[in-house]
Amino acid sequence: MDTESIIEKFKEEFNSDILEIVTKNQKRVIITIMPDSIINVAGYLYKTAGFRFIIASALHTKRGFEIHYHFSKDAVGLILNIHVILDKDNPQIESLSNMFNASNWIEREMHELFGINFLNHPNQEKLISEGNWAEGVYPLRKEFK
Amino acid sequence: MSKKTLIPIGPYHPLQEEPELFKLYCDGEIVKDIKWETGYNHRGIEKLSESKTYEQIFFLVERICGICSSSHPFAFANAVEEIADIELTNRAKYIRSIIGELERIHSHLLWVGLAGHFLGYNTVFMWAWKYREPVLDLFEMISGNRNSYAMFKVGGVRRDIEEIKIPVIQKVLDDVKKKTDLLTGAVMDDPVIHARTKGVGILTRQDIIDYAAVGPTARASGLAIDVRKDDPYAAYPLVNWKVITAQAGDVFAKAEVRLLEMYESISIIEQCLEGLKKEKEGDIAVKIKEIPEGIGNGRAEAPRGEVFHFVQSDGSNSPVRHKIRAPSYVNIATFKKSCIGQTIADATISLAAVDPCYCCTERMAAAYDSNSGDKIMNANELINASVKRTNEIKKTINSQL
Repeated sequence: MDTESIIEKFKEEFNSDILEIVTKNQKRVIITIMPDSIINVAGYLYKTAGFRFIIASALHTKRGFEIHYHFSKDAVGLILNIHVILDKDNPQIESLSNMFNASNWIEREMHELFGINFLNHPNQEKLISEGNWAEGVYPLRKEFK
Repeated sequence: MSKKTLIPIGPYHPLQEEPELFKLYCDGEIVKDIKWETGYNHRGIEKLSESKTYEQIFFLVERICGICSSSHPFAFANAVEEIADIELTNRAKYIRSIIGELERIHSHLLWVGLAGHFLGYNTVFMWAWKYREPVLDLFEMISGNRNSYAMFKVGGVRRDIEEIKIPVIQKVLDDVKKKTDLLTGAVMDDPVIHARTKGVGILTRQDIIDYAAVGPTARASGLAIDVRKDDPYAAYPLVNWKVITAQAGDVFAKAEVRLLEMYESISIIEQCLEGLKKEKEGDIAVKIKEIPEGIGNGRAEAPRGEVFHFVQSDGSNSPVRHKIRAPSYVNIATFKKSCIGQTIADATISLAAVDPCYCCTERMAAAYDSNSGDKIMNANELINASVKRTNEIKKTINSQL
């Protein structure tokens, strides 16, 4: 299966949830989706389409908080970035850690460094600075100097 | 519920690249649960990277890991070159791959040595580390440094490998090949090593998929994932080689994968050296004007697995966001699967099997009674427990002969 047919199938499955698709080349595709549909999208990629979860990268931009969930389809060398834009003042999104363990640590890390809340996370404790960092101070936000 | 004893491994321990704390909850000899704490060595590199220029970041990411210090610049270069859409010269591609594979050889040799040490085979440790030295000398000859080579930059490499150096590299490779034969023989044919590592710390295919583990850890469980093949970069599509896998998923399978991978690395370097001879000397980098706005997903296969760098650029001379994921980040989480149900003596080698980067010189591990707080075992005693088990197996095997 090549990249185009993977993306076509994805479009059929989640037509109403997709906001934008950017195809840079056959190996790099960025799809922006509605944050509410993340569980369905990740579930489809992981269980049905055979994608591997690499990691997630959070960003703090003018638009608010953004997360790129990086998925890899190793058979075709494709990195699919599932991109969501979250609310500026109350960033929260459903956790993926009940589906696969790979996202457990990175969600804790994003919670700790950006203050993004992951709903239904099994154990949203601090990962890096347990016990020696002030509450409510998020070092990777842009206002932190 | 029966009383459980807490055995902390860390924060400083020879098993670990960085200070981190594993709390093993044991019932008698058996590990029942494991918890992980880190952050002792958090340097804020992702935040720091946002304040540096693209040229400077290479020196920063090189210092993330002391052992695989070219894999992070490799992945970062791939990410930035993806944003700017840069095509390298063939000579730069070959040199990058040579550096990457030399590093894999010395890193795997280091792992074999330490694994031997934890099993009570100090001869293997001394051999492997002795054979690793000439490889580090090669790095010194090529780049001027035994570690943190400073070879990478956007658009190519900083130093050339001149024709005069090729025979020297070839000679060291021939030597390493012979020594690898020796080590492979010593590991594969030894009944005691079989007894200590087969069936120990098993990770099934499903565990690997669940934790998204990468590198030799995944390949030892039958998953043929390797960025060099799946998403080829540098000179890897220009040479012939194969991905090594094993099926068992135990410590022995991980050792087997690493040992056999060293032969592939040697073969890749030899082909790259041949390729270098055909390219014009000095043609090692292309000129870069500016990095445009955009997103780059760069990855490279480090000795321990896939390194992933995400870079977002706004068109200025430093990134807006730079996310780094080292392979140990996903591999270490698998301890929850590989250690539970094992004895304490086997936990040491199960932890070491994913190769969580051994860089620390400070070391501390101690077992405390969870009720009284008294110290029960220290680091040496933990290693001794592992050595004692090897000796017992040796005795049993000898008495059967």
